[in-house]
Amino acid sequence: MSKAIKVKKGANINLMGEAEKKTASAQRASVFAIKPDDFFGTIPKLSLKEGAEVKAGTSLFYDKAKTRVKFTSPVSGEIVEVKRGAKRKILEVKVLADSEIQYETFTPWTGGTDRESLVNTMLEMGLWPFLKQRPYGVVANPDDAPRDIFVSFNNTAPLAPKASYALAEEKDDIQLALDALNLLSEGAVHIGVEAGDNFFGSMSNVQVHTVSGPHPAGNVGVLIHHVAPINKGETVWTVSGMDLAIIGRSLRAGQFRAERTVALVGSEVEAPQYYTTMIGAKIESIVGGKLIGDNYRIISGDPLTGDAVEIEGHLGFFSSQISVLPEGDHKKFFLTDGWLAPGFKSFSLSKAFPSWLTPGKKYRLDTNLNGEERAFVVTGELERVFPFEIYPMQLIKSIMVNDIDAMEKLGIYEVLPEDFAVCEFACTSKINIQQVVEDGLADMRKEFES
Amino acid sequence: MKFVENLLDNVKPIFDKGGKLEKLYPMYDALETFAFVPDHTTKKGAHIRDSIDMKRTMFLVIVALIPCLLFGIYNTGYQHYLALQEEASFIDMVLFGLWKALPLIIVSYGVGLGVEFIFCIIKGHSIQEGFLVSGMLIPLIMPMDVPLWMVAIATAFAVLIAKEVFGGTGMNILNVALTARAFLFFAYPTMMSGNKVWVNAEGGTVVDGYTGETLLSQAITQGANFYNTAGVQYASVSESFMDSFLGFIPGSIGETSVLAILIGAAILLWTGVASWRIIISGIAGGAVMGLIFNLVGPEVAPENLYLQVPWWHQLVIGGFMFGVVFMATDPVSAAQTEKGKLIYGFLIGIAAMIIRIVNPAYPEGIMLAILFMNVMAPTIDHYVIQGNINKRLKRLKTA
Repeated sequence: MSKAIKVKKGANINLMGEAEKKTASAQRASVFAIKPDDFFGTIPKLSLKEGAEVKAGTSLFYDKAKTRVKFTSPVSGEIVEVKRGAKRKILEVKVLADSEIQYETFTPWTGGTDRESLVNTMLEMGLWPFLKQRPYGVVANPDDAPRDIFVSFNNTAPLAPKASYALAEEKDDIQLALDALNLLSEGAVHIGVEAGDNFFGSMSNVQVHTVSGPHPAGNVGVLIHHVAPINKGETVWTVSGMDLAIIGRSLRAGQFRAERTVALVGSEVEAPQYYTTMIGAKIESIVGGKLIGDNYRIISGDPLTGDAVEIEGHLGFFSSQISVLPEGDHKKFFLTDGWLAPGFKSFSLSKAFPSWLTPGKKYRLDTNLNGEERAFVVTGELERVFPFEIYPMQLIKSIMVNDIDAMEKLGIYEVLPEDFAVCEFACTSKINIQQVVEDGLADMRKEFES
Repeated sequence: MKFVENLLDNVKPIFDKGGKLEKLYPMYDALETFAFVPDHTTKKGAHIRDSIDMKRTMFLVIVALIPCLLFGIYNTGYQHYLALQEEASFIDMVLFGLWKALPLIIVSYGVGLGVEFIFCIIKGHSIQEGFLVSGMLIPLIMPMDVPLWMVAIATAFAVLIAKEVFGGTGMNILNVALTARAFLFFAYPTMMSGNKVWVNAEGGTVVDGYTGETLLSQAITQGANFYNTAGVQYASVSESFMDSFLGFIPGSIGETSVLAILIGAAILLWTGVASWRIIISGIAGGAVMGLIFNLVGPEVAPENLYLQVPWWHQLVIGGFMFGVVFMATDPVSAAQTEKGKLIYGFLIGIAAMIIRIVNPAYPEGIMLAILFMNVMAPTIDHYVIQGNINKRLKRLKTA
């Protein structure tokens, strides 16, 4: 069954530095790291101490609340450092890689109807954290069975990698992963694909929905909202389309095979293109020698939702994109490039700047806030870029005043911070909306899950 | 511009924590952020942000007000010389208008920003941009001969009571500029209505038949048989309509020219700063109510001549259009949901006409209509949002 979803609200932000369809191997990183912060709501407990030898697929840490959920090493080697922050919070577990990867071996899964053994394999191997649960956006609970599972192959974020290009060689593995999801789901597996996409559109065992429209149309949250919205008490799971290749490949081999293709993009990259690397690889191994200038910000993920990382830092667990943008840490004189300037280099979704005259133009946007934080004044601007039947400003305000009841009524179960990314971009009052939503979800979880 | 940047950086330590003038930091901050968009960067979430900020948004509203201001200055002089039947050049009229309007603008900004600065210094907040617009709106909705001390008191009252006590820009319930106007209207009723304040007729003798009344108060006694400031009756309704549309009638400084207001409206709508829903539905509400009065008026109350002023003429006299375009659309005090804006605007139009036409004590109703709907806006939003909540609950039940 195929259903066409046409999203009208949203906005595409045209940035310079889109990846050319060309793939190369990144330099082989020597150090890899898994960051507990990539998994919202997880309290990590170390499985092994510093100095221990691990194989690819050996558990590095597990979740204190859901102890069966293991986070495993992408490579074999030695745990060289457990980097901690304030209050001894674990920030990174670093593994110094062997020259050749040794794999832990698990029972492969290549089909069948034994759900329990599939769950166990995925848990042991470290594939489970790829499954995200909504509401809350936490790692799925292995004791649950979700109402449905949703996957989006249509990444509409700025400079996002094209899944049909990056995963072109891995169709069989993706199908195997979808078969696995089908076994895990109580209901169906829904996938969202670009209109006219025959590559993912021809997958079996799934319900295909074509999605078109501006960002965040490709977000899995939008897909859920238009196919079967989440009601109170329901849980659904989501998986990023880009992660399915890893799941399928690993299930087939019975080994945790953490290779992935990432797009290195952005105006500060000399030749934006695709690279093959592995989860947790040191950023330097991918971007080293490929950047322009020296005042830039490296983002593991897309420019609207990713995490800022140092060049010494590591690729995030879910990231299939590294964006490099100019850092905006300089003042802008009000007449030349500030608030009273004509602003031909500035980009705005409103018509307050002349960027509406040149809809196809690509911009080199920096990380300046372009203003100061204010109370909400302008209304209607968030609604224009938020394709949900939810009142975004009212929901955000209910979170700010910590009104659990109102948050629930206004639909917080249906959203994650990423769905507000374009709202945050558009906000005249420069409110950090994604952080607010994250705090709201954390509050909700505390209220209902403890 | 490195020079200005360095200068600001050099004096900054005086205002920083521990500096001599630490308390005055909000003033320094206001000046610095006026001259430079600060070097604040995003930390996480959306690493890039839209170029728009509050300063540009507010600035666009001021740009949209400029046609009204310019025409208002000219019309102030025009009405003056028309009442005295003196020959005067365009320059004379503009100079007379400036002589009347500039002090109002200076007092409004001076007092308003003064109060705001003091408040921010006491509270340690940064100074926000809201008053940039309010400070321009206040003189535009004043009669040109209003005493300056009254403007000062009204502005101080409005900034304090309508805005700061609620927490500043973005938190107010009532439109700040309208609160200033309403304060004067109720505190000094004899000075703010009647026939003394709308046209300055000093320095000469007025012509025969001159009353100095606005078209609104004329309509109470003589319906649509309007006179101009020179005491000459308009030959036809379409002639008085044209004069009202272009703005050659007495009234508050910025409100008379519908043409200038529409230019402003076009700027606001094109840039998306104001909501078209409020403007369109507001005008529709006024038209519908005016039409209803036209139809039933002669039957029900033939003695009320106001009812017989054609509805399309009603729309261009008084402050109706100015209120709908510039005051009703204030996003903070208006309804905030898209559906709510339609209802809010429409009810403003309806209420404005009812107050104006049915109650002879208030020759103009738009001010009270907007203030009343400001208060009702959260209720409208509440029901609109409740609809969305119910939809979600219903889905839960059927699922």
